[in-house]
Amino acid sequence: MAKVEERRSTLPKGDLKDVLREMLLIRRFEEKVEERFRAGELPGFLHVAIGQEASAVGVCRALEDGDVISSTHRAHGHTLAKGTHPNELMAELYGKTEGCSHGYGGSMHLFDVQRGNMGANAVIGGGLPHITGAALTFQMRGEPRVAVGFFGDGATNIGTFHEALNMAQLWQVPAVFVLEDNKWAESTPESQHSPLRDLSERAKAFGMKAIKADGQDVEAVFKAARQALEHARSGKGPVFIHLDCVRFHGHYIGDPQVYRPKDEAKELRETRDPIETLRDRLGLSDDEFAELDTEVTEIVEASVEFAKAGTDPAPEDALKNIYA
Amino acid sequence: MPEITYREAVRDAIATAMRESDDVFIMGEDIAEMGGSMGVTQGLLEEFGKERVRNTPISEMALAGAAIGAAMQGMRPIAEIMYEDFLTLAAEQIVNQAAKVRYMSGGQLTVPVVFRTQGGAGWSPGAQHAQQLESWFVHIPGLKVIFASTPEDVRGLLWSAIHDDNPVVFFEHRTLYGIKGSVPEKIEAIPIGKARVHREGEDVTVIATGRLVHEALKAAEEAESQGISVEVVDPRTLQPLDEETLVASVKKTNRAVVAHEAVTRMGFGAEVASVLQYQAFDWLDAPIERVGAKFAPLPFAPVMEQFVVPHADDVLQAVLRTVGKS
Repeated sequence: MAKVEERRSTLPKGDLKDVLREMLLIRRFEEKVEERFRAGELPGFLHVAIGQEASAVGVCRALEDGDVISSTHRAHGHTLAKGTHPNELMAELYGKTEGCSHGYGGSMHLFDVQRGNMGANAVIGGGLPHITGAALTFQMRGEPRVAVGFFGDGATNIGTFHEALNMAQLWQVPAVFVLEDNKWAESTPESQHSPLRDLSERAKAFGMKAIKADGQDVEAVFKAARQALEHARSGKGPVFIHLDCVRFHGHYIGDPQVYRPKDEAKELRETRDPIETLRDRLGLSDDEFAELDTEVTEIVEASVEFAKAGTDPAPEDALKNIYA
Repeated sequence: MPEITYREAVRDAIATAMRESDDVFIMGEDIAEMGGSMGVTQGLLEEFGKERVRNTPISEMALAGAAIGAAMQGMRPIAEIMYEDFLTLAAEQIVNQAAKVRYMSGGQLTVPVVFRTQGGAGWSPGAQHAQQLESWFVHIPGLKVIFASTPEDVRGLLWSAIHDDNPVVFFEHRTLYGIKGSVPEKIEAIPIGKARVHREGEDVTVIATGRLVHEALKAAEEAESQGISVEVVDPRTLQPLDEETLVASVKKTNRAVVAHEAVTRMGFGAEVASVLQYQAFDWLDAPIERVGAKFAPLPFAPVMEQFVVPHADDVLQAVLRTVGKS
């Protein structure tokens, strides 16, 4: 029995190559998004998750069918990891009806309800109360499901964060709150936005169980998520996961990052790239890695073709979906 | 037809809906043992238990947001916001989230939540416990907004709001909780978006909401004694607005007064006046009159409070102006 539980609490070794593939898919997808944005093809604000692939994949791999997530403005990785097809995501970024939000949402409002994605949110902390409410529903209905909310370090200062976590702990609902702590609230470093140097301390204010993990190590993320999900699912209350993450790029595409030491991202990339870390661990040869890369790059290229060939909404479709 | 109070009517709608479906539940501050700050939820805890009559911390953002999250998962929550002034605290969740989730998701989600709240002057609660903020919310696509003025209307409309698949901001008026009125034996849904003609008349239409419906009815009686026949119409639903009924009434009477307790400037009445002047321009025999609160926060001293908000006589004076008798 202990052995079975042990297996369930860590990523099976056989899955790791697929995990790497998924992280690489997100990486290549995000790079393509940057490229197409710079080419002038994508409207709106875009925030890519390059460097934060492990948190999205590690957490979403740990979920069970029926679990739900809410995401942030940096949502592409979470959305892909939760099962939305790259075609549907790319089509949304191009504003096409084939997109996962049918052109009504865009990068910061990605929804895929069928796959348990309750939506990305462009208001910092805006989705966290929904997670408390979704988890309350699961509790009231006696369903063994968990609601998982992603948020960044910047969100730990906003009221919805404090109110939602306080309420979740008070009611012991099956929720997991995942802090992707990349140390930047847009352009503002953590030292300027939080009095705490260890943001997992925030959980103490609610008496909530906190787990810390290296957000750049997908196996560590998975393990933390499994532990948290089991705790929440078994009725022991919500859990706060603190993931130590790295944002390799700017806040948004085109961000000149004048606020950040020039070599910081480069150095972090050399030492804390979640894809390189897992690749090394797996001992993949260059050829093997290139094969994976070719495979995911083709998927990403195909998603662009799919999106470009997609259908523009009729302008007057803007007046639909306002009311049920 | 039994007679019940406005307060009992609200309670009856909630309790009946909760009896019929486990998806309906209510949460809010002090609503359980205390029965709500206005006594509306008294007795519900005993019948339904603390899971479904859920006291919350003083956390309007999370209270509204958790209700939204539950609604996104298929529940039909009623979130009681103790005073409508506190809607400002929940506004992010109501305006940016509840109103837009369906839209942003391209129609994948519905958010069947009711934000029940109350306010209103007349008892000196001061500037932070009696505002009328309905015009903030009628401006938001995706929300429905209801403001009922009688026991029958409040019960039938709350019933409809609970069963509607859209987020509804439901305003009650504090001073109306004690009024009595007859209601059907069994709850009958009142369609959202349908105005009610309270009194038929020939010379002037008064379109009034909330407490001002009752003030308008008093003014109409006084006007009648002066030989002026006043029609009183309550839109009941502010969003969507039953333009057809309002316009038809004004085309009949050729004169209109719009009355609400909220501040006149930029108020709901401005929109109604615009609808009327555009759709009934050729029928109007006088400028549309607007009655509302003066442009001031609500003061504490009773004499000042009475001065700021409108009363029956303000409606009467407006009616008289439309017929050139003031």
